[in-house]
Amino acid sequence: MSANTTKPAPGRTGPVPGAPLLEVDDLFVEFRTRDGVAKVLNGVSYRVEAGETLAVLGESGSGKSVTAQTIMGILDMPPGVITGGEIRFHGENLLRASTNRRREVRGSGIAMIFQDALSALNPVFTVGFQIEEQLRVRRGMSRKDARKRAIELLDLVKIPNPKGRVRQYPHEFSGGMRQRAMIAMSLALDPEMLIADEPTTALDVTVQAQIMDLLKEIQVERHMGLILITHDLGVVAEVADRIAVMYAGRIVEQSDAISLYRRPGHPYTQALLDSLPRLDLKGTELNTIKGLPPSLINIPSGCPFHPRCPRVQDVCKTEVPAQHRPAPGRLSACHFAEELLSGE
Amino acid sequence: MSDNIIEVRDLVKHFPVRVGVLFKRTVGHVRAVDGVSFDLKRGETLGVVGESGCGKSTLAQVLMRLEPATGGSVKFEGQEILGLKGSALRKLRRDIQIVLQDPYTSLNPRMTVGDIVGEPFEIHPEVAPKGDRRKKVQDLLDVVGLNPEHINRYPHQFSGGQRQRIGIARALALRPKVIVCDEPVSALDVSIQAQVMNLLGDLQNEFGLSYIFIAHDLSVVRHLSDRVAVMYLGKVVEIGDETALYEHPTHPYTQALLSAVPVPDPELRGQRQIIRLEGDVPSPVDPPSGCRFRTRCWKAQEVCAQEEPELMTRVGAHPSACHFAEEKSVVP
Repeated sequence: MSANTTKPAPGRTGPVPGAPLLEVDDLFVEFRTRDGVAKVLNGVSYRVEAGETLAVLGESGSGKSVTAQTIMGILDMPPGVITGGEIRFHGENLLRASTNRRREVRGSGIAMIFQDALSALNPVFTVGFQIEEQLRVRRGMSRKDARKRAIELLDLVKIPNPKGRVRQYPHEFSGGMRQRAMIAMSLALDPEMLIADEPTTALDVTVQAQIMDLLKEIQVERHMGLILITHDLGVVAEVADRIAVMYAGRIVEQSDAISLYRRPGHPYTQALLDSLPRLDLKGTELNTIKGLPPSLINIPSGCPFHPRCPRVQDVCKTEVPAQHRPAPGRLSACHFAEELLSGE
Repeated sequence: MSDNIIEVRDLVKHFPVRVGVLFKRTVGHVRAVDGVSFDLKRGETLGVVGESGCGKSTLAQVLMRLEPATGGSVKFEGQEILGLKGSALRKLRRDIQIVLQDPYTSLNPRMTVGDIVGEPFEIHPEVAPKGDRRKKVQDLLDVVGLNPEHINRYPHQFSGGQRQRIGIARALALRPKVIVCDEPVSALDVSIQAQVMNLLGDLQNEFGLSYIFIAHDLSVVRHLSDRVAVMYLGKVVEIGDETALYEHPTHPYTQALLSAVPVPDPELRGQRQIIRLEGDVPSPVDPPSGCRFRTRCWKAQEVCAQEEPELMTRVGAHPSACHFAEEKSVVP
């Protein structure tokens, strides 16, 4: 992903005109633990433009949340160490930016919502206070103005009776309401980019549908970039423009949504789709992926998926596959990406 | 012997809501399960679906006799089990076992796998004589796809999917006739989920088990179940064969629930009709009068507030608890 990217001159900070909204470029992160060094991210690259939805798909431990935390600058360090790569927001490398600059970007440039709204909200403050806090600190608003804005925001995310709700505590909200309140909070500073980390995983399907509708609506209205982190292949199919599939700290496939579901370009994606029970199809036996995801302390040599891959060859055990471009706009880290797509 | 291994009639479980510090007063009841009836046939899987708070897990607890029922009857092979005590209850526990949702908290971290899977034999020594137990445990580990040599390991040395297999081995130890599976795969990743679902299917064929399979994921339930019951606020709103219920649902709640499940095919985006429900599930302490779904239902009429719809066959081939039941296909 370098040929068509405008890279800023080394050491230069500040936004670059015409640069993509957000670019993650060859990011490496390690967790130095007592048991050894866990290589959590091993060269992750993706980019998101304004108004675009990128779904980052992966199982637990694939590194999808760690990437998001690194973008937001909320990675726990230690044990986390960023050992390489850049995160560029409007062309500005955030990893080199000062603490103050990062704080400026957080919330008003890039905001994030989390899976578990109950533990992401502070139980001892009212929902209103938590929304107003950032408006007062960052925008210098008076209490009265901030309250007014908080009520508008709660109304925007379709919380009924926002005037009364603004005075309530998180425990007085239902699960779906809390997730709405968190979305309201993330929108307070008008971010250009929203990262949603498993926003509906803890919710029931009917509420999940409501929240996904809301997110989509807000994104279109504000022309925001959206990174949707999830393990749910169904949710991804409903909203994503592009999809990045992660495995063992690498992106193994990147593609637009329709082509990926029509013909996966990586055996892992194929296997994930095959192992999914479907509402509209009833089979007898599900195809499974044999074995377990690898330990990040001891990632298999060559292609990290090779011990579980049905198409494994000798070359897979020794050589790390490069990012192939089996079709325009598609990337696949498989030695046999071209064969997979041509159906051989 | 009848076809039904379990018969549940008008099962009720209310939890009292108490206030006060020293002198507790009961101010209301959480109507977790409020008049549920169904049959489980021998060798079949009955799926139970519903959103959180609909009472599906309480139902499991009551069936297992882990919680006393408030009313109703549960018969296992024709024998009433709600009043059983002492050795009769212990004998029943050999026949009905449970697999729990969270493989991280349902295994004692200080016991080895051998102790966990072998513990049922301590309580029911007649099933396996002492000298034989280690061998039996190893056989069980083998059956569920774990390495029998790992008998001396502790739960933390296993992954989530492997732990769930340990839980399944423990449930199988006494060769039960019925296993209640309470969200057995919802804590697992997709690739591991498929492995555990296939295992449950294989074990059913091998040992002739009957399952009550509780889950919130409608696709998972469809995959494993022969019949499915849909619960809402402590009641069964629709029950029927898997195909009939998924392809011709008649209750508005079932239709909304099915239509809200995302289908993993981006080409169907925008083509499916999705029924959007407003608001949240009402509190089970004070459920709506009449039909409990009426506050979120687009078909609600006056009669829905006054009269509780009975669970009976109105249209199609299976019962549904709606005054205005009509067939509607929502699954593409």
